[in-house]
Amino acid sequence: MDFISILSIFVLACFVGYYVVWSVTPALHTPLMSVTNAISSVIVVGALIAAAAAGSMSSKWLGLVAVALASVNIFGGFAVTARMLAMYKKRERKDA
Amino acid sequence: MHEAAATPAWVLLAYLISGVCFILALRGLSGPESSRRGNRFGMIGMAIAVVTTLVVHTPRVLGNVDLAVAGQILAAVIVGGTIGLVTARKIQMTAMPQLVAAFHSLVGMAAVLVGAAAYLNPEAFGIAVRITPIASPSIISIFPQSRIEMGLGVAIGAITFSGSVIAFLKLNGNMSGKPILLPLRHVINLGTLVAILGLIAYFTQDQAPWVFFTVAGLSFAIGFLLIIPIGGADMPVVISMLNSYSGWAAAAMGFTLHNSAMIITGALVGSSGAILSYIMCRAMNRSFISVIAGGFGGVSASADAAAIDRPYKRGSAEDAAFLMKQADQVIIVPGYGMAVSQAQHALKEMADKLKAEGVRIKYAIHPVAGRMPGHMNVLLAEANVPYDEVFELEDINSEFAQTDVAFVIGANDVTNPAAKTDKSSPIYGMPVLDVEKARTVLFVKRSMGGVGYAGVDNELFYRDNTMMLLADAKKMVEEIVKALG
Repeated sequence: MDFISILSIFVLACFVGYYVVWSVTPALHTPLMSVTNAISSVIVVGALIAAAAAGSMSSKWLGLVAVALASVNIFGGFAVTARMLAMYKKRERKDA
Repeated sequence: MHEAAATPAWVLLAYLISGVCFILALRGLSGPESSRRGNRFGMIGMAIAVVTTLVVHTPRVLGNVDLAVAGQILAAVIVGGTIGLVTARKIQMTAMPQLVAAFHSLVGMAAVLVGAAAYLNPEAFGIAVRITPIASPSIISIFPQSRIEMGLGVAIGAITFSGSVIAFLKLNGNMSGKPILLPLRHVINLGTLVAILGLIAYFTQDQAPWVFFTVAGLSFAIGFLLIIPIGGADMPVVISMLNSYSGWAAAAMGFTLHNSAMIITGALVGSSGAILSYIMCRAMNRSFISVIAGGFGGVSASADAAAIDRPYKRGSAEDAAFLMKQADQVIIVPGYGMAVSQAQHALKEMADKLKAEGVRIKYAIHPVAGRMPGHMNVLLAEANVPYDEVFELEDINSEFAQTDVAFVIGANDVTNPAAKTDKSSPIYGMPVLDVEKARTVLFVKRSMGGVGYAGVDNELFYRDNTMMLLADAKKMVEEIVKALG
């Protein structure tokens, strides 16, 4: 992909982000933060490339540490979000 | 860009699908029902991204899968994943702001490490060419454009890391929530920022290690310097801002790696954090710049010291129970104090008792109540308060006038009528809950001495229709529950 295609994806994604986030209900702003946190750990992609590559030992170990850190975030972030979201309940409708 | 031909189409497609899953994950949060499905989309997106990367970049030795390296990667995932899962399961809901800050710091650190790894082994990332001049060792030259992207990614990642560590220490109580003001801090901060940008520009000319690592070092320093002067009550803005930075760091790395999943995610997270920061600033009627400049709450704390001697009405748990039992409608206004004393469960019990007496219960949430966006909503949800009893400021403010009792627990500045009337007040113009319009205001507060974070006295305490309930929030609510019988 050339730079312009990448930039186009980025700019359009910013707009998508803008509209999608405004539609998030304020009551769910804390889960929003924890889930955005989990997905920003997609940086693990870069960490995996570094950890798997041959050529530089130091680069590989930096990659492995980054894989571990990002994994904390991925598993922890999604799990804590799921735990929070499970707590949001509607009022039980009483049969009148 | 030079590697375009080397990346198979299915890989690009897989990363795109993963990016779309992340968009759906955020879209799901428009309502509690769809949110759980959204979270699953997020997990699917992440799984696609990870599996795709592992397939394309399988560690190989002599054409076979290198099991040793694969094992190391698996071990790293298991160690990190276990720590993450255990933390997520054990963490108390009141500690959510600290946890989010800690998680932000990890994203920041991961970005720095990935940047450093890419710098040390650029060929693995396809961002360099090997130049072999005649009769001299070959040089690996990183593309200038990649150097800028890498430099920015590392800088933003480092700021996210050190800033989040400070935010964590402040939220967790390891460090005073009071702003710490260094002399000349604006000059130092601006100077550091200019130096970082200058070095990144210079990095395109000279890829020497000192340039790269000085950029990283200065960025760690500025993250620290930026958050140190910001007071505890401005944390909702800070934590949203760091959320945003962690996104921009991921996006910058996505540019370096030409990875659309990372770019889409980075853009989503970046705008999400930016919007949350904006909402928080608006709810405090403060500009983003003034929050970042820091120092709020440490200056005027003693301005109204004399006011403490003014007469006020003090009530007991029995008085409160009696008043609320007679009411048609009670609106509960929770704040950070409720989180500190963990009063949410007792509060739910009190609400249930009152409901059994035929009282209508509603909850009113100010956007900046607590230490992060949506903090109060999560705590109430944890205590099993149905979310359709919980209202935002603009949806409920007109109802206070028809309400018998407003029950303020652990909130202060967000109820202060001075924000509407007193032009000299530091919180003038901030949208507040009109609790004083209720027939009676019950105000749970630890003691009369303390003022809110803004350091201003609250006119509400001394009104005829206000009754102060001076005690620890949880203890007071438990006593009220007892008095309700």
